[in-house]
Amino acid sequence: MDWLYILMPISGVSIFWPGLIILGLGVGIIGGFFGLGGAWMVTPGLNILGFPMAFAIGTDVAQMAGKSLISTMRHGKFGNVDYLLGITMLIGTVVGVEIGAQMVIWLERIGSVDKVVRWLYVVLLILLAWLVFHDVWLRRKKEREAAAENRELDKHATGVDWATRLQAIRIPPVVHYKHADITCSAWLPIIVSLFTGWLAGILGIGGGLIRMPALVYLVGCPTHLAVGTDLFEVAISGLYGTASYAYKGRVELMAALIMLCGAAIGAQIGVVATKYVKGYGIRFVFGLAVLGCLMSVVLKLLQAEFPSQGWWLSPLAVIEVLGFVSAISIYIAVRMVQGAKAELAAKKRQAAG
Amino acid sequence: MGKLSRIWTWMIGLALMLPALAPSLALAAKKKADVVIVADTRKLDGILYWWAEMYNESHFLFAIMTMIIIPLVGCVLGWLADIVMSHIGIDLKHREIAEK
Repeated sequence: MDWLYILMPISGVSIFWPGLIILGLGVGIIGGFFGLGGAWMVTPGLNILGFPMAFAIGTDVAQMAGKSLISTMRHGKFGNVDYLLGITMLIGTVVGVEIGAQMVIWLERIGSVDKVVRWLYVVLLILLAWLVFHDVWLRRKKEREAAAENRELDKHATGVDWATRLQAIRIPPVVHYKHADITCSAWLPIIVSLFTGWLAGILGIGGGLIRMPALVYLVGCPTHLAVGTDLFEVAISGLYGTASYAYKGRVELMAALIMLCGAAIGAQIGVVATKYVKGYGIRFVFGLAVLGCLMSVVLKLLQAEFPSQGWWLSPLAVIEVLGFVSAISIYIAVRMVQGAKAELAAKKRQAAG
Repeated sequence: MGKLSRIWTWMIGLALMLPALAPSLALAAKKKADVVIVADTRKLDGILYWWAEMYNESHFLFAIMTMIIIPLVGCVLGWLADIVMSHIGIDLKHREIAEK
């Protein structure tokens, strides 16, 4: 079975290459569907496959850049990317990440960085999960009220509606983002991305997990546009990260390229699935993905607090992450196949009739 | 007026960026050198040998090549996957945006 293993030229480890393709496929599907980089899934995955942690992070960032580029290309063709909004948000993201990174250095000096970062991450994920499910619940409530009054709820109506109030603050310059169909002060996306960038900088994550819901709930982007625009940003920040990690010599390009083969297929499945799933479907499954991420972080925290229990907490964390990734990927793939089948059947009926 | 507003936004953005970036540059200058990893080329041949040798000789060149290869391969694979998807027969250019 030697042919199933490939020697990595830089790190010198032999890796089970089908594992890389499967990992790429899974993260491609999830990333394309939610607009995430997916570092919380890939880095432990690469580590499990045998990469040293430093190479796992660098390789993950490199494949994330390529994968997000593939997804952005496909989302762009659907009209799901607002490039102007993405570029505007990049300004805030760059500044925010830098401020966050400076805060980490400051926290390191007073010696409490690990605790602060871990707990901040847990609090953030709990808030995100609450926000998503609260929004879904509010939207359902509005639907029920509309049904009781014998009227139909607007298909663009949302549960949580903070964005309308924020968009009403018209500090110049006021910009119209054509694809997202939003008119607001340019400061709104800049400040929101400054905040999400700051959080990403402190937590040391790519930021897609925070930026996608921020685009929906604070900027007021339709869900599909938020996914596409966020991926555009992930692709650019991923390229910057790739340069940084490659210069430090921590990227295993061969592994990233093998993963990209799987991710190219996965990204198509994930992005095309968004065509058949309405905004609230994406939001709900995103909420579940946040819960999956939360569980993996809590399990890591428990491992750090109770090292003697690591013998069962560590494999449980692995099973949890892999189980979540597999379940969500399968769900998205099934929705894509069902949607495509229904569309093809409708086309046939149209041609026959 | 619109142009002036745009210039104003950019200037504020750049002004905000400077104080945030300056300390990081100063800290980067003081930072200790990272651990150097050397790729073992004894078991490698062909393109893999060349790649590992380049890594050992210059991380800068390695970073440049990685920066070129990743987006290039991403675009090629995306384009190929697009061709395959277009054979399925579904509409890959239009979608309806609706929240529910």
